[in-house]
Amino acid sequence: MLSDIEIEIDGKPLKAKPNSMVIQVADEAGIYIPRFCYHKELSVAANCRMCLVEMEKSPKAVPACATPVMPGMKIFTRSPKALAAQKAVMEFLLINHPLDCPICDQGGECELQDLSMGYGSANSYFTFGKRSVEDQDIGPLIETEMTRCIQCTRCVRFGDEVAGLRELGATGRGEHMEIGTYVTHAIKSEVSGNIIDLCPVGALTSKPFRFTARAWELNQFPSIAPHDCLGTNINVHTRRGVVMRVVPRENFALNGTWIADRERYSYLGLYHPDRVTKPLIRVNGHWHTTDWQTALEFAVKGLQDVISAEGADQLGALASPNSTTEEFFLLQKIWRQLGSSNIDHRLRQVDFSDQDSFGLYPKLEGSVADLENCSTILLVGSNIQKEQPLAALRVRKAALKGANVVAVNMMDYRFNFKVSDKKIAAPHDFVFSLAGIAKALSPKLAELADVSVSEQDRSIAERLRTGEKTVILLGALALNHPEAAMIRWLAQMIATASKGTLVILTEGGNAAGAWLAGAIPHRTAAGDRVQQGLDARAMLEQTRQAYLLLNVDPELDCANATAAMDALTAAKFVVSLSVFKTEALERVADVILPVTPFTETAGTFVNVTGQWQSFRGVASAHEESRPAWKVLRVMGNLFHLQGFDYEAADEVLQELKLAMQHSSLVVKEGVGSLVKKNGNGLSRIGEIPIYAGDGLVRRAEALQKTQAIIDGELAAVRVNAQTATELGLSAGNMARVKQNGSEVKLPVVIDERVPLQAVFIAGGIMATKELSELFGRIEVLPA
Amino acid sequence: MRRLLQVIKNFSLWDLLVGLGLTGRYFFKRKVTVQYPEEKTPMSPRFRGIHALRRYANGEERCIACKLCEAVCPALAITIEAEPREDGSRRTTLYDIDLFKCVYCGLCEEACPVDAVVLTRNHDYHFEKRGENILTKEKLLAIGDKYEAQIAADRAEDAEYR
Repeated sequence: MLSDIEIEIDGKPLKAKPNSMVIQVADEAGIYIPRFCYHKELSVAANCRMCLVEMEKSPKAVPACATPVMPGMKIFTRSPKALAAQKAVMEFLLINHPLDCPICDQGGECELQDLSMGYGSANSYFTFGKRSVEDQDIGPLIETEMTRCIQCTRCVRFGDEVAGLRELGATGRGEHMEIGTYVTHAIKSEVSGNIIDLCPVGALTSKPFRFTARAWELNQFPSIAPHDCLGTNINVHTRRGVVMRVVPRENFALNGTWIADRERYSYLGLYHPDRVTKPLIRVNGHWHTTDWQTALEFAVKGLQDVISAEGADQLGALASPNSTTEEFFLLQKIWRQLGSSNIDHRLRQVDFSDQDSFGLYPKLEGSVADLENCSTILLVGSNIQKEQPLAALRVRKAALKGANVVAVNMMDYRFNFKVSDKKIAAPHDFVFSLAGIAKALSPKLAELADVSVSEQDRSIAERLRTGEKTVILLGALALNHPEAAMIRWLAQMIATASKGTLVILTEGGNAAGAWLAGAIPHRTAAGDRVQQGLDARAMLEQTRQAYLLLNVDPELDCANATAAMDALTAAKFVVSLSVFKTEALERVADVILPVTPFTETAGTFVNVTGQWQSFRGVASAHEESRPAWKVLRVMGNLFHLQGFDYEAADEVLQELKLAMQHSSLVVKEGVGSLVKKNGNGLSRIGEIPIYAGDGLVRRAEALQKTQAIIDGELAAVRVNAQTATELGLSAGNMARVKQNGSEVKLPVVIDERVPLQAVFIAGGIMATKELSELFGRIEVLPA
Repeated sequence: MRRLLQVIKNFSLWDLLVGLGLTGRYFFKRKVTVQYPEEKTPMSPRFRGIHALRRYANGEERCIACKLCEAVCPALAITIEAEPREDGSRRTTLYDIDLFKCVYCGLCEEACPVDAVVLTRNHDYHFEKRGENILTKEKLLAIGDKYEAQIAADRAEDAEYR
């Protein structure tokens, strides 16, 4: 470690790290140097020249962003020479910048506008025509107005260095330089929205937000995004109690300065016409709007009738993994006091046989940022780039630093980072495929007796074993797999043998909170043991008489949509607390209580690293909808249960935290079973696409349009060319897809990422809701 | 003596004559009364009466929904909502001025970069129902259309002082 260097800026003696740039030192000391192209998370380009400062003994002004500190250096940022240089640069920047601030969305939050107040000249000597640049349509998320561009190249560098998808570039030189996609196409990166924040002018702005509000009208509130297990920190901007947009909130341990497009644009679904505005009850088969009191009494009476007639064991509760910890806690408290442990949030999972071997909750030790420092990363059944886009950025950084990333997957995903080795197997072969690597690491395991080890398994095992810091990331594809318990056990075996850590990247925004709060059938709050109830799958297979659904769309959120719909239709009474109403809910539910999404309720999300991130409601509740925790609290009161006298969401959280202090968690050792090769056949890869995960993103129109651009048509059967020939399918034609007695017709798309003996049919979308299992056996015939 | 004089004054209606003298003087003086509303006093081109939204000569509305008037309004009388129009241009979908709140300071006119919102000479207007105090975009544009010639002439006259 080199010792600090002493420099002087504006007469202030400062200590600086060697190799740091003058602008970094100035920023740390709170001395502001104007800049456009410099950004602390991007490489130094030094092309805007706005940060010119005077350096002692230098005849010319030097750019602060590209001048490394040297001992004894003296910098003057406000000297006449520095100011003259900055003003001159500003004059050149403004030559070609249009004077359209009144119609520019950046107006009021524009770096160029701000700095022109300080450094701009009041009159112009420029009498020639201004440059104008043709716009390109780069997709439904980002609006371009390239005449405003000042060629800082932040967006180009972001695509290149951070997103890993070089989509924007500069063509031409000097005054003819233009930023664009060269061949017009939509931007496909799932973190593309960040270039809107990076752009110092109004060249790149948000398309859905276009012209709707001004920066000065907006109130900013901190919040937490509910769409993945990272708990991305966001700022929500509201106007008159209505959410207008979402921007990132810096958190270097978590999301850095970025957020994914899913988090940025999901707000578009908030005020969708599907929003339930008033409590609804069904009387004699007809829906009526009613007041809260009637609806709540109706709901409680319906549940009580079932309890007194059939017993509390006939109750089942399914909660969306995006619910807040408070909601989970109150729901399980009601349920357990009523005498039922049939409660679950793992809606898309089907294998729960190892649930006793889980810790308190699926946890990543350390911070998300630490993923950058791993030397070997094993992805098991994870499309991390789509599931947790910001975790993927960390993996990408690790890969750039030289880490080995190995993917054991069901699809050959084209990640935005370099994969050193990959093993792709169809879902029914997946366990066998993973077992090969486990056996190469620990050959003596009895369960792996029938497994053969290939040369590739040995080389992957070698990479894992020799890695200094090995992490095994288990994604949604592995969790939702029918043999998920075996996959987890094998991953644990691999982790133990390679001295690595196993991280389960759960679906939904608050799975960890659900585990802690006790929204699982085998443990109550803080992991205490209870009489084991039915899990999400069993609850639907062994039909209960009454269900409570917390923000669940039975057709799109469950592992087996047909089983879910059958069970709910057969049930006597179904209460649904829901933000949105769907046709399916109207068919099966008896009461629909309008609850609020994360922007309109106080709550807490616990992320994968175990951070409890509380947030407040930032917008006013839409019409008659109410926060779900309040609804559940009143339901507790109406049931005459003990301990439902909360006045604030904080009190619920305090009760859970108190329970955490004397947790009697018992973790059983995981057990494996003999791994055998499953027979040949065809199985389905039922991945949930990035913008189909929950009700909110499914209703964000701009994201849905983007989805079609990124992944092509979702309602399709994707097979590779060889399988297509074997099955007699051809691209563009329709195929009949049969699974457990149900059948749908879908167009065929040839996709070489799909392995042999597998077809990719996305879940979570309306076109495939008739199919039952996400990863089950499937039959595909030409239509 | 004084009493005698008083008696003469009383009987000769002297005070009345003095009073009538004043009346008579004004009776024959040049008149300043204006027969409102048939006649009107001269007005400054800067007069700040009821608001209007102007159009360009080709009929296109001037307002570009920059919301600077809304931001500058000290009485918070202006409410604007905007979105892209079909042709992609930036336009208001709602432009309301609450005349109960407005203090007729004219800052909105000064803030406007495209001379869209203006205060006209028209000051004699009334409402009959609650709610009519809100000038909607349609009403404002109608006022603008009605008085455009006058508005344009006033701006032209005042241009060199702006």
